Amino acid sequence: MNLSQTILNVEFSNPTVLASGIWGITASSWRRVAENGAGGVTTKSLWLKAHKGHPNPTVISNEHWTLNAVGLPDAGIEKAREEISDFMKDHPIPLIANIVAGSVEDFVKTAEEVVKLNPDFLEVNISCPNVEDEFGKPFACSELDAARVTKEVKAVSGSIPIFIKLSPQALNIGAVASACAEAGADGFTAINTVGPGMAIDLRSRKPILANKVGGLSGPGLKPISVRCIADVYRATDGKLPIIGTGGVHSGEDALELMLAGASLIGIGTAVSDRGESIFKKVCDEMDAWCEAEGVKEIGEMIGAVEY
Amino acid sequence: MVWLPGVDEIPVSVALDDGKQIKITVCAVGDMTKEMAKCKEGDLIGLRGPFGTQYEWEKGQKLALLAGGYGSAPMYFVANEAIKDDCKVDVFVGARSKDHLLYLEELGSLEGVTLHVATDDGSEGFKGFNVQQLTELIGEGKKFDQFFACGPEGMLKAVSGLSSEHQIPSQLSLERYMKCGYGLCGNCTVDPLGIRLCIDGPVVHNDVCVKITEFGKYHRDDVGRKVEF
Repeated sequence: MNLSQTILNVEFSNPTVLASGIWGITASSWRRVAENGAGGVTTKSLWLKAHKGHPNPTVISNEHWTLNAVGLPDAGIEKAREEISDFMKDHPIPLIANIVAGSVEDFVKTAEEVVKLNPDFLEVNISCPNVEDEFGKPFACSELDAARVTKEVKAVSGSIPIFIKLSPQALNIGAVASACAEAGADGFTAINTVGPGMAIDLRSRKPILANKVGGLSGPGLKPISVRCIADVYRATDGKLPIIGTGGVHSGEDALELMLAGASLIGIGTAVSDRGESIFKKVCDEMDAWCEAEGVKEIGEMIGAVEY
Repeated sequence: MVWLPGVDEIPVSVALDDGKQIKITVCAVGDMTKEMAKCKEGDLIGLRGPFGTQYEWEKGQKLALLAGGYGSAPMYFVANEAIKDDCKVDVFVGARSKDHLLYLEELGSLEGVTLHVATDDGSEGFKGFNVQQLTELIGEGKKFDQFFACGPEGMLKAVSGLSSEHQIPSQLSLERYMKCGYGLCGNCTVDPLGIRLCIDGPVVHNDVCVKITEFGKYHRDDVGRKVEF
């Protein structure tokens, strides 16, 4: 079956994309993701200036969930320029540039710089749960804050579509999505990690993560991401594309997120469980399921949940 | 990965694992290792792993092990295990000076292991690099099936060159900044292959090493910035 779609004039050979925060620090890693069959790739969060992440331990994991407080390390805009320019030379798959900042002003400055590099989409990370000590509650928790960032970034993003990365911590994620849509969002990424959560080592009686708390991802996240995607899809009448992210390990997981309303599927944590070839595996599984069930167009699945 | 609660967690190679004890060797140079050096018997440390790749050999092979500085620790483990598989092992331990030589006694006590020592300043053994000693031995007609190396990147690069020149396979332990240890954070990715060395390394076969263009030139720091060697 043909898994390709054109979303906001950008062609994706299949719905899988590498989620932000995983692996993607360099042009060579984005190319490796493309070689492994992903339809698109998202950069790790890009800052205007160098930003140190948290000390180790930054990740702890079991078969149910992963907690991370990597803390968005990045070398700043110079490195983004070097790596994105390098990748755009051959541009094997669409590139989604994820940006982050601590203030609306810095979101605008970062967006202005990154837009010049001509990524396919701009993803605006207003929802990281593990830098709260530094920056307070994520903007995505408030309709007003989220809409303000959206409006200001949209004003400088030119022809590059902006996707707002939403948080499951928002009291009403649908309302946040509506507010962002009114402020000019072209699409959404739903969702960022949940929490923050905490894990304690019994013998030392200390939190395992150096940051004490971290965002929760992995298989246990999927029911929450499915509900959030469905809320966002309904709140925006299915008019804006959604990159559904959260707990996807298999093709069937991906299809479930599509039924809720996702057009593209972010894969992150599962890269460590199923290896770098997960993108191809998920596509093969989606293909096999659709073949068996008589689904002819992948687009038929988007938002097709029956309530 | 070795964790000192409240301090840090760092990647460390294993110097011995006999099923009863696990031995690691660190140099007290950073915040974490200085705190580790203060630990007393009975203090808690956390361990995760092992992660990534390891050295591989076949029964009865002739192996040249090159250890630079603290690379002696994992090479002691390799030598220990390889002789159980009837391998003939030549270990070339190199360091800046006599005071920095490690595991000489332990390596010297292993049956089936021939020990070669080199120091940059000549304070013990051969004056120069351990790779020079290996080059000389090969020149004299000594045969090896494989080279294994762990140490500074300059030494690894020299071993890689020797390996390509004589068409003798080698496995080299590449050190890159590692955070999570299981392929999520991406900090240890190398150019231009995009592979993560916590998964596809740290021990990398030379046929892959020669495709890593940053090998011997630069690595990336904790924020992903290129830093030249």
